[in-house]
Amino acid sequence: MSGANVTRGLRRGSARNGVHHWLALHRVSAFALVPLSVWFVCSLLSMGGFGYAAVVAWLSSPWQAVLACLFVAASAWHSKLGVQVIIEDYVHGHGLKLFAITASQFVHVLVAAGGLFAVLKIAFGAH
Amino acid sequence: MAEFLLPPNSRINKNGKQHAAPAGAKKPRTFRIYRFDPDSGENPRIDSYEIDMAACGPMVLDALLKIKNEVDSTLAFRRSCREGICGSCAMNIDGVNTLACTKACSDVKSADVKIYPLPHMPVVKDLIPDLTQFYAQYAAVKPWLTTRTPAPPDSERLQSKEDQEKIDRPSACILCACCSTSCPSYWWNSDRYLGPAALLAAYRWIIDSRDDATGERLDALDDAFRLYRCHTIMNCAEACPKDLNPAKAIGEIKSMLAEREH
Repeated sequence: MSGANVTRGLRRGSARNGVHHWLALHRVSAFALVPLSVWFVCSLLSMGGFGYAAVVAWLSSPWQAVLACLFVAASAWHSKLGVQVIIEDYVHGHGLKLFAITASQFVHVLVAAGGLFAVLKIAFGAH
Repeated sequence: MAEFLLPPNSRINKNGKQHAAPAGAKKPRTFRIYRFDPDSGENPRIDSYEIDMAACGPMVLDALLKIKNEVDSTLAFRRSCREGICGSCAMNIDGVNTLACTKACSDVKSADVKIYPLPHMPVVKDLIPDLTQFYAQYAAVKPWLTTRTPAPPDSERLQSKEDQEKIDRPSACILCACCSTSCPSYWWNSDRYLGPAALLAAYRWIIDSRDDATGERLDALDDAFRLYRCHTIMNCAEACPKDLNPAKAIGEIKSMLAEREH
């Protein structure tokens, strides 16, 4: 290892946005998911069967639908950030890394949009 | 990609040279030691040395010195103080990064004592890793007092007992690199992540009541890689031969950055 290369990463300096990434985005969704996950598991357990009618009845309640939307959005967001960290940890080629992060963002947006659409469709009664 | 396999020229030949115990050895024990000589053009290998523990000091460093003095003078390793204060003899013993001088051979659970250089670092020779980058990261956190106010004319910059106690433990770091080289985040991203040792040093100056550059120090760490690559894996605290806790210091820095934001 030559002295010329080892400090390349250091020369770039700080991006000055670490705390924003960490606190505003990652910790908040982690925090939000604690009660939302408890609610989600309790809802599944108290649904009394996993048939079509039971799910429709559950999500027809406005409050349940709102919480379900929040749960879908928060988990998709949290997962998007988590997957991004994993990609940053293990994928090192610059182009490949950007591509992987972008692709993961598209997939997460797709999943979130699909989940929200499904909940709203049931909630607004067009089933 | 992160490297999960050693490159072909670094793969280890497990069957290196065997050095049998001297005749009449009372308590023979085998030391299996990583050997690499860049000048030979050969891959690294594991050499076995059978040592008579009845005629050897208790620590792993004692055994290494015995090997170097009596069996194989080509074995290369760093050592100096032999009492856990210089940090030179940091290496991977029985799968754990620690200091050879403070690790007793009797504390090694396995039958054989396996000794490797610190993980995931370029190897200069045998048990000597290249620490150039590690030292550059330490230098990058500017580990010296920065002030904007003149010192009192008739005294040094004094600290209260409480303020001194804040820096007392972090100051005990001996920069042996056991923590940073035990950290998976450091293995995969040491070009951008500063690592637990440098961050513990940064923390030591951030909380120093006499230092005036706290804001600049926090600015320099406010980066998704430099600081936030720490995922609280805690290998650093586990490995530290001085019982320090770099992970806690990193957590404190994150808290300070969060408090500054709001």
